[in-house]
Amino acid sequence: MTAAQPPRRPTPAPPLDLAALVSDRETRIIVCCGSGGVGKTTTSAALALAAAEAGREVVVLTIDPARRLAQSLGLVELDNEPRLVETPGAPGELHAMMLDMKRTFDDVVAAHSTPERAQVIFDNPFYQALSSSFAGTQEYMAMEKLGQLRASDRWDLVIVDTPPSRSALDFLDAPNRMSRFLDGTMIRLLTAPARAGGRAGVRFVGAGFLLFSRIISKILGGQLLNDISAFVSALDTMFGGFRERANATYELLRQPGTSFVVVAAPEPDALREASYFVDRLSTEGMPLAGLVLNRTHPPATTALSATRAEGAAEAVAEAGGPGSKLAAGALRVHAERMTVATREQRLADRFTSAHPEVPVRTVPAAAGDVHDLDGLRVMGEALLAEEGDTGTGTPRSRVLPIRPQAG
Amino acid sequence: MRCHVVTGKGGTGKTTVAAALALSLAADGGHVLLVETEGRQGIAQLFDTPPLPYEERRVAVARGGGEVKALAIDVEAAFLEYLDMFYNLKRAGRALRKMGAIDFATAIAPGLRDVLLTGKIKEAVTRRENGRPVYDAVVVDAPPTGRITRFLNVTNEVSGLARSGPIRAQSDGVMAVFRSPQTAVHVVTLLEDMPVQETADAIAELTAARLPVGSVIVNMATEPLLPASSIARTAEGRLTGADLQPALTAAQLAGIDGLADGLVAEAVEHARRWISQDALRGDVEALGRPLVELPLSSSPIDLGCLFELADRLDGHLRTEVAA
Repeated sequence: MTAAQPPRRPTPAPPLDLAALVSDRETRIIVCCGSGGVGKTTTSAALALAAAEAGREVVVLTIDPARRLAQSLGLVELDNEPRLVETPGAPGELHAMMLDMKRTFDDVVAAHSTPERAQVIFDNPFYQALSSSFAGTQEYMAMEKLGQLRASDRWDLVIVDTPPSRSALDFLDAPNRMSRFLDGTMIRLLTAPARAGGRAGVRFVGAGFLLFSRIISKILGGQLLNDISAFVSALDTMFGGFRERANATYELLRQPGTSFVVVAAPEPDALREASYFVDRLSTEGMPLAGLVLNRTHPPATTALSATRAEGAAEAVAEAGGPGSKLAAGALRVHAERMTVATREQRLADRFTSAHPEVPVRTVPAAAGDVHDLDGLRVMGEALLAEEGDTGTGTPRSRVLPIRPQAG
Repeated sequence: MRCHVVTGKGGTGKTTVAAALALSLAADGGHVLLVETEGRQGIAQLFDTPPLPYEERRVAVARGGGEVKALAIDVEAAFLEYLDMFYNLKRAGRALRKMGAIDFATAIAPGLRDVLLTGKIKEAVTRRENGRPVYDAVVVDAPPTGRITRFLNVTNEVSGLARSGPIRAQSDGVMAVFRSPQTAVHVVTLLEDMPVQETADAIAELTAARLPVGSVIVNMATEPLLPASSIARTAEGRLTGADLQPALTAAQLAGIDGLADGLVAEAVEHARRWISQDALRGDVEALGRPLVELPLSSSPIDLGCLFELADRLDGHLRTEVAA
């Protein structure tokens, strides 16, 4: 008979040292990504504030932040230009900006053409649709803006809060998709007749394409092809530029000095998305700092299990006497906290089993929304404080303490 | 009312609510179609079925012979169907798909994507067989609050690109259904600042676009675990370990290190969270829409859970109809 194997337990992930990351002068870009509603914007802002307090010149690029967060940063008119945030006592400087994708697109067009040509482009209905609602424009423009911010050398750290895409992967794919689109065969084909001067172009593009363009005209109306054609010829000289800059920014993300922080909430969907992202980053050779597991509910004490707390609540309520209802209530609150924490820990452990190399930092849910600098500071502490430095004895990378091995 | 559109901020559980609503509408023999628009396969996960193809498949049976079918709309497939239906172009459509042309067409005209999705919804809502509607209700797991008005307001979205022609006519037809009394757009929210804010914004936008707003559904609502008389005092931080000590001693728990203080800290947090939630409940009521609360489930959502939530919604729908 062979000796019984001890049950396999998830190995605790290595700690995530965000304090070292934000204060390290070599860190030039931090990209926060994750699915919608997990607190990416707040995490980005909290990291940016922490970096300014560590003496960095930092700019945080947020995408559609909560109004109250913008306001509390002292930026009622958060817009497409970085603005200084008052951070009394911080040795560094914090700037914040909110991406305006249409403005960014307009600026790129204006910067690369004559005023007359730019005006022609701005007036084009196809451009108007493309710049304001093309699927992926926001992600692409976030990349464009990131490239600009990084190139200006005005800031030594750029923190990007990625757009709330349907999938977190859209951000990485956007530059490629956009340049493939603007530089693509299809758009060339669509405008080929105009470029080649009528019939010559027709011979070149072939029958399949003619069918396509007929269908497009039929469904969307003939003027769309004219609009696209006019747009492409007006923008012609810029195509190469789009692709080059997108590729350059993409390459920048793979350089040392860039770190990705994946943000998730302890929910199956958010962690699944985080998992995809971690796999994708590693496939693309992009540097991952770790996972921030946001909005966890660690109990203030783990001395009593959920089951024992429930039992005690019943016993106390039955015994009666002064304060018994309150005590029973408090014990039920604890039972619920333990149940929630156990579920959150199980989800975190599953993630760690699949990605044992990824450092994790859990961040407790704030009692309310974070909407001022003090709230951001509290979150920053939870993100940056030392692993073991907690009152409850639970390391900061965990929701519950590691149970001692049986036997 | 036949078309129920369910939206909500990301993370509020709109897919779960849409599924529960479909189950409740299917009770007593109803035939309901639950439509997924975002390609996430969230419905398949909820009902624990393999990923849904572009096909109406039964996912649940409700009491009285009712059934819920689900459909995940695939934009490319919807485009092919559209070409086939209006232009008899099925084979050409396949060739176009291979060229990547469909991807391209839905990318150059972002509104086109929404026209295809909403066009399919309209088709299901108005589909008839033997003179009767095929579905008693269609429930749409729609895009989140930030995109919902744009998604439903298709005519406006394609107007710059397609000023005339079949797409324009198609989107006008879709708008006619969405603006009619047979449609209601329900907004799912949590009792948290940002979802409540987004709910208010979405209702204002929908109203401005003349789209019919239905109920506000408060999801994951919790009950206070502390006695009502102690909540305010606890939230103010006037609860101490000494207050709990006698009861803990009686339950023979007094010896556990740090227990009283831990319990106090948790009780204070609970009371504060409860008070801020209750304040938001007032904000939600002030939106002036019919309101229903769904309880927070302590376990992962499964079919049993969905039926429980469906029962709650059932009661709500009945009072809505009676009112």
